[in-house]
Amino acid sequence: MQYVDEFRDGELGRRLAQRIAAAAGPRRQYRFMEFCGGHTHAISRYGVADLLPENVRMVHGPGCPVCVLPIGRVDLAMQLALEHGVMLATYGDVMRVPASDRMSLLNAKAQGAAVHMVYSVTDALRLAREHPGREVVFFAIGFETTTPPTALAILHAQQQDMRNFSVLCNHVLTPAAMSKILESPAVPGPGAVELDGFVGPGHVSTVIGSAPYELFAREYRKPVVIAGFEPLDVMQAVLMLIGQVNEGRAEVENEFTRGVTRAGNLIAQAKMAEVFELRESFEWRGLGQLPSSALRIRPAYGRFDAERRFALAHRSIPDNKGCECAAILRGALRPTDCKLFGTVCRPDHPVGSCMVSSEGACAAHYSYGRFKDIDVVRA
Amino acid sequence: MSAKRDYHRPLDMRHGLIDMTHGAGGRASAQLVEELFGPAFDNPWLAEGHDAACFAAERGRMVLATDAHVVSPLFFPGGDIGCLAVHGTINDVAMAGAKPMYLAASFVIEEGFALATLGRIVASMASASRQARVPVIAGDTKVVEKNKGDGVFITTTGVGVVPEGVQVSGRRARVGDHILLSGRIGDHGMAIMSCRQGLELQTPIRSDTAALHELVATMLQVCPRIGVLRDPTRGGLATALNEIARQSGVGMMLQERAIPVGAGVQAACELLGLDPLYVANEGKLIAIVPPTEAQPVLDAMRAHPLGAQAAEIGIVTEDQHHFVQMTTAFGGRRVVDWLSGEQLPRIC
Amino acid sequence: MCLAIPARVIELRGEAQVLVDLDGVRRLISRELIDEVAVGDYLIVHVGYALSRLDEDEARRTLDLLARGGITGRAGAAGAQ
Repeated sequence: MQYVDEFRDGELGRRLAQRIAAAAGPRRQYRFMEFCGGHTHAISRYGVADLLPENVRMVHGPGCPVCVLPIGRVDLAMQLALEHGVMLATYGDVMRVPASDRMSLLNAKAQGAAVHMVYSVTDALRLAREHPGREVVFFAIGFETTTPPTALAILHAQQQDMRNFSVLCNHVLTPAAMSKILESPAVPGPGAVELDGFVGPGHVSTVIGSAPYELFAREYRKPVVIAGFEPLDVMQAVLMLIGQVNEGRAEVENEFTRGVTRAGNLIAQAKMAEVFELRESFEWRGLGQLPSSALRIRPAYGRFDAERRFALAHRSIPDNKGCECAAILRGALRPTDCKLFGTVCRPDHPVGSCMVSSEGACAAHYSYGRFKDIDVVRA
Repeated sequence: MSAKRDYHRPLDMRHGLIDMTHGAGGRASAQLVEELFGPAFDNPWLAEGHDAACFAAERGRMVLATDAHVVSPLFFPGGDIGCLAVHGTINDVAMAGAKPMYLAASFVIEEGFALATLGRIVASMASASRQARVPVIAGDTKVVEKNKGDGVFITTTGVGVVPEGVQVSGRRARVGDHILLSGRIGDHGMAIMSCRQGLELQTPIRSDTAALHELVATMLQVCPRIGVLRDPTRGGLATALNEIARQSGVGMMLQERAIPVGAGVQAACELLGLDPLYVANEGKLIAIVPPTEAQPVLDAMRAHPLGAQAAEIGIVTEDQHHFVQMTTAFGGRRVVDWLSGEQLPRIC
Repeated sequence: MCLAIPARVIELRGEAQVLVDLDGVRRLISRELIDEVAVGDYLIVHVGYALSRLDEDEARRTLDLLARGGITGRAGAAGAQ
């Protein structure tokens, strides 16, 4: 695959690993948060952490939209499916998130709810066209990469005067979450760490551009390097972050120059602005209520807003008492610090959402990195 | 005008539909056997017309296996539910080291199912059975009411004989053994994915569905001591290896670079957020063999059309946790875990 | 949401769509979020939509730098423009 395979070259990876080890030097610890779930996945899947020296640690951040979806919002989707009898179209990952009473959308489907897994919002539109007598609701989640497609879908629905389609909007904003993490440096909990910098999300940045991160670099004096999703991209970004830390710089650098510009995708930004407005505040699992961190559908498109259409009221539901997703999402605890990890909470029976999505810190560690927790005698 | 004597209107294979009488055990059921199954499978047992088939017992150990097939869609690039049902059970028997002898097939058909479609499926089964030289000698048909079935479900049961000296079992992987794979992974699962609604991929991926018993026979001839044979079907290569690791109480270390994946499968997986290690295969096998036998067995596999891309993909290690680990193509190490639930495509 | 892979445009289909190819796997995707597209361009595709065009010059430049053992120091900052 062109422009993919080259960025997975193992030989270049080894060379980069050597450069990183040389640059990091033994004198200090480096803690970088990879904000985005896609990066968590890449690091796990390719074993990148294995190639980094001991004193460079990657901390998993909350950039996994499934992981930050609060139970209360999944409950709304369940209500729509079970009580209002809608056809609920949703991405695959979301179907396993355990909501109230440990029930997930997958369980609801087994009980007869019309829950349909889709790969794209266009599939949800098609479902609505094929079933004119049924209400179809698209359960929209995601950061700024998935938001423009949802905006387009709503615009289409309006153009075609669709009467049975609406969206349950849970789109959230990356800069808001990063602010929150940066505002609470001394996070309580064992293993609480000061962060030295961020690996910035690649595809979100193709949409929003690199400009929005300049604020963090300036105000909080933390370097940000925007990275692509292949393992060489991530390692390159780590090398650049180490360079900034060593030189006492705090700037926004772009490793993913082949996809990201400073301004971003203006067309996508315009579509988002057309259809969505900021919510005053929104609950994020693990981060609490964050101001100006999420979007809702503008009144002009109100008939496509499932919350309005079905008069849904959000209830905040607390997480399971033993669940440490909140601290893990903030990077304050490691998956192994949670008492439920690997026992009660595992990928096939997850308690919290960090275990459901394959990008969640816990799932990624369980599926890919578990061998490191155990003292395996190396050959 | 005299009516023709003993005239029974033949099945309308072009426009007819299955109805409840076809499963009731009466004349309509018999007609299905006489006019469809019998001629298609064409063997003396079915011609006898008994419910049960009688055959001479073999000496030695025998193997019995059964599998239900519920695949949707019924027809996909490279195959259909019919040949899948034949290959699947032949493979189950072969993975026990046995030579498959006979198959039985039972059908649960939904009311309203087109006879023409049933005809196509049966023809495909018959062809697969003939090519494999494993006859379908007994069967059954039931019909369920409309909307109580997904078109048709087929269950096949197979019986086979284990040659003297062959001892194949999931418990027989030993530390130091080599892990062999007969070819590229992910073809079947991705061929199915390409048909499912909402995906609209125009790919050249075809299911790899095939009967593996003759490949197995060649391998056992070269090395009767093969300890483990397994076909990585649902759950893919990763799941099969984890099962074996647990059964044998060992660990495994794989080399990602050595695992063959077709370019089309790789690309389709990338686009959909799936991992080829967990995608189903229907014409591939894993063999775990003592180190000295690895090369001869590999050579034998490669000499057979169904093993042309065979490769050595890893070794069995000492590991009390029974981890299946892998050195990634990129160079780092990771665990290749069990599949949890169904593999849901990633969006992220 | 970060699963997105660069795929090559092989055909323009109407105002809103393109057919992309990734190693023989083809998919019809929306191009409503980007302006000019030409056959042969590489697009970064996510959930059925093209999010941006891959800048091939920048890709080659990045690969070049990687081949030389990676970037450190101020050289990287230039890329942020």
